[in-house]
Amino acid sequence: MNSSTETGSKYRSIIGIETHLELETATKMFCGCRLSFGEEKNINTCPVCLGHPGSLPVLNRRAVEFAIKIALALNCRINKRTIFHRKNYFYPDMAKNYQISQYDLPLGVAGYLEVNMGDYVRKVGITRVHMEEDAGKLIHSGSTGRISGSGASIVDFNRAGTPLIEIVTEPDIRTPEEAREYMTSLKNLLLYLDVSNCSMEEGSLRCDANVSIRPRDEKGLGTKTEIKNLNSFKFLQKGLQYEIKRQAKLLDSGKKVVQETRHYDNDSGTTRALRSKEEAHDYRYFPEPDLVPVIIDDDMVESIRAAIVELPENKTRRYMEEYGLSSYDAGFLAGDRKVAQYFESCLECFDDAKALANWIMGDFSALANREKIHICDSRVAPGDLCSMLKIIDSGRISIKIAKTVFEEMFKNGSDPEDVIREKSLEQISDSGELEGIIGSVIKDNPGPVKQFREGKEKAIGFLIGQVMARTKGKANPKVVNDIMSKKLR
Amino acid sequence: MDLNYLTAHEIKKKLEERQVSCRDVVQSVFSRIDDIDSSINAYIRLEKKSALQSADSIDKKISEGQVLGDMAGIPIGIKDNICTLGITTTCASKILDDYVPIYDAGVIGRLKKQEYILTGKLNMDEFAMGSSNENSFYGPVSNPWDTERVPGGSSGGPAASVAAGEAICSLGSDTGGSIRQPASLCGVVGFKPTYGLVSRYGLVAFASSLDQIGPFTRDMEDCAAMLNVICGHDRHDSTSLDREIPDYKSFLKDDIKGLRIGVPSELMAEGIDAEVKAAVTSALRKAEDMGAEVEEVSIPDLEYALNVYYIIAPSEASSNLSRFDGVRYGFRDSDADTLRKMYKNTRAGGFGDEVKRRIMIGTYCLSAGYYDAYYEKALKVRTLIKNDFDKAFSTYDVLISPASPTTAFRKGEKTGDPLAMYMSDICTIPVNLAGLPAVSIPAGLSDGGLPIGLQVMGDVLREDNVIRTAYALEKAIAFKEKPGI
Repeated sequence: MNSSTETGSKYRSIIGIETHLELETATKMFCGCRLSFGEEKNINTCPVCLGHPGSLPVLNRRAVEFAIKIALALNCRINKRTIFHRKNYFYPDMAKNYQISQYDLPLGVAGYLEVNMGDYVRKVGITRVHMEEDAGKLIHSGSTGRISGSGASIVDFNRAGTPLIEIVTEPDIRTPEEAREYMTSLKNLLLYLDVSNCSMEEGSLRCDANVSIRPRDEKGLGTKTEIKNLNSFKFLQKGLQYEIKRQAKLLDSGKKVVQETRHYDNDSGTTRALRSKEEAHDYRYFPEPDLVPVIIDDDMVESIRAAIVELPENKTRRYMEEYGLSSYDAGFLAGDRKVAQYFESCLECFDDAKALANWIMGDFSALANREKIHICDSRVAPGDLCSMLKIIDSGRISIKIAKTVFEEMFKNGSDPEDVIREKSLEQISDSGELEGIIGSVIKDNPGPVKQFREGKEKAIGFLIGQVMARTKGKANPKVVNDIMSKKLR
Repeated sequence: MDLNYLTAHEIKKKLEERQVSCRDVVQSVFSRIDDIDSSINAYIRLEKKSALQSADSIDKKISEGQVLGDMAGIPIGIKDNICTLGITTTCASKILDDYVPIYDAGVIGRLKKQEYILTGKLNMDEFAMGSSNENSFYGPVSNPWDTERVPGGSSGGPAASVAAGEAICSLGSDTGGSIRQPASLCGVVGFKPTYGLVSRYGLVAFASSLDQIGPFTRDMEDCAAMLNVICGHDRHDSTSLDREIPDYKSFLKDDIKGLRIGVPSELMAEGIDAEVKAAVTSALRKAEDMGAEVEEVSIPDLEYALNVYYIIAPSEASSNLSRFDGVRYGFRDSDADTLRKMYKNTRAGGFGDEVKRRIMIGTYCLSAGYYDAYYEKALKVRTLIKNDFDKAFSTYDVLISPASPTTAFRKGEKTGDPLAMYMSDICTIPVNLAGLPAVSIPAGLSDGGLPIGLQVMGDVLREDNVIRTAYALEKAIAFKEKPGI
């Protein structure tokens, strides 16, 4: 809640987000071509996705199942009869010069996604979830890679016809931070569903944002602008921050916001106008006559619902109830499917969920962040993490030593037992060995010993610290404490 | 013996009895084409060499005693909007003048399995838009009965070629009458099956919800045999019906006793030539003589069929024809220095006037602010027309009407008046709007010696009733005349 747009400003911002997701089906939306990324140009094409005369679309059933899965996970109502429309506009990456999309009868409507903002939850309404096909890619010759100034352009239709899902929110988002968090939650949810790799770099997950502002004490919506080219969650947040400031400046100076589409520029962090409402396309939507209505019966919906894995919201609740984790910890672990999987496989061999959570969210995450990898891509196998935690519990190493052991495990994927043995890190719990060391510490530190005996109990800490130093931290603190107390009395 | 004027079933018999060779048949067709096609202009492209090669292969198979299908070795012409792998498919448009399909249409695959012989690609109105075959980039087609007159359209080439002995059978497409109206004007049989019965995969779309491929033949027996070949489910076409296909030849029974025939009064009213009405009435009398019950029936919403059609068809066409942009195939204005100019010049230079007119009408009808008043309303009226037909078919087995309000008109007679031209399809359009099966068969000649067509319409998937009725009437009418050319 650090944004001037929510508190302390005289304007309130209203944001809606449109997300496009490429589904990872085996084949394209309306033909049998394989999906591909980074392959030889136009290699995965056929008369249908090239828009050849006489070719006809045939709906990919798997894509419909994936779409239903997404709509259900977003708490949408599934339309039992859904139809496709043609969205007509000319552009060279559109083989047919119309896109097969959905219009007034989308697959899913009226859903929501709860976005946890830490100290509050923002319930974001989902207006619609619909199916459509992706376009091809234009490659412009020339140094800039842009169409202006380019001598020629070629079209690569490998991507044309890739199944796309569009997810549109209600204007329920209030700040750029919420927008970013919405996308994070949405991506996490989608990853759970195993329908897409959700990669913004590869363009399989893309988002546009609509934003308007209005004076804090007024009702109704201001004039909105749409921001495109938001290629990361960070750019989404920054683009919105810039755009809100820009709109506020306009209103402050008595000017009006123009309804238009604006392009976000990563380098400058600013937005510039692309086209205004007056120049907007008339897409001439009409029902696609080459496809029949899709009838979705209850059995189909229920069997898809039944196959959906436990989703973050339920998982978080369960972690809190079953393992007594805090809402933050449970949310962290459950939010990311891979983290949750890691956590759960650890729980199979180690039952102290809180200790596990502390390690995963603490040292483990810190190391992974430093190396810029996902914890699940690290070399620490769940079994090894469990072994280490068991060793801590048995008192053979201290938490402090464990941090050293874990770093080694993280670096080399080693077994904790091996690390402890090779580096002789095992805790000294043998009272005979410790009594000698403690005896010499008492002998060498008469001052603190005197202080303790005069009632300054804190002085024992210094003495124990000396024992730890002499044992390079390997002494079992509990045993040291017991012997030390006995000897000093 | 004029082999080129035989029917497919006659040829099949002669081939089996080794009275003629397939090469003889093919040669007789091509020699006829050589003789007269300069004045008919039915063909855009001929496939003589490959046709003769196929003929030799058929002859070899016959000599080996192999059993062949009904259409094996039969010279068949294909309308040039049906994709043929490796053979130009132009839609009679400059914009596709050099377009070579990279795949075969569903129906071509089926014909190839039968080992048919492709004579060539047949002339048509550009993108199947027209009723006189005067809108072709390759020039108009002449009616074999009077070369000063039109053959009808848009399948002018397929109709004229069968009428003139330049092909034994042909395939056309029917969006608003494009098979039945030219069949009527050329004196041949032309059948439009129930929507969804024949795959549209590879048929270059004009109006997707109306288009249907169908055969031109010399008689109903060949028509049923062709339907046996081309009907059936195709997984490449989502609107294709997945159902058991009956043997259409089994409906060729010369018996219509007790058959209930309705005659829509709206299609026997003003605007229909007296001679045409007389021929249809005479045929109806013959039907009664054979024991059928004939009654007049009113289908009031037919009044709106033409209006509805000229909103729906151009709307779909405006979208279907967007893909012709010069980017991937076909004609392109390569001098344009911007994308916008390339689009504009390619389409302005590549399409003919009628195609442009319909793209503009369709674009207008689908535009924001007009959609509800035009397209949406047209869809609603289309449903009413369908309901009217449903009601009629609850009483009648078939409906009979003229296939065209007039006999063949003179070239140029209606080119300046699009509305008069559109009226040519008044009898055939309602059937497409309702997705019904219908056939046009010759019902006689006018005093001027021009063929008159009679249309038999059936309920959805009741090809059986249509075939049975048309077959019985064909026997009763016994139309044997041939054009003089």
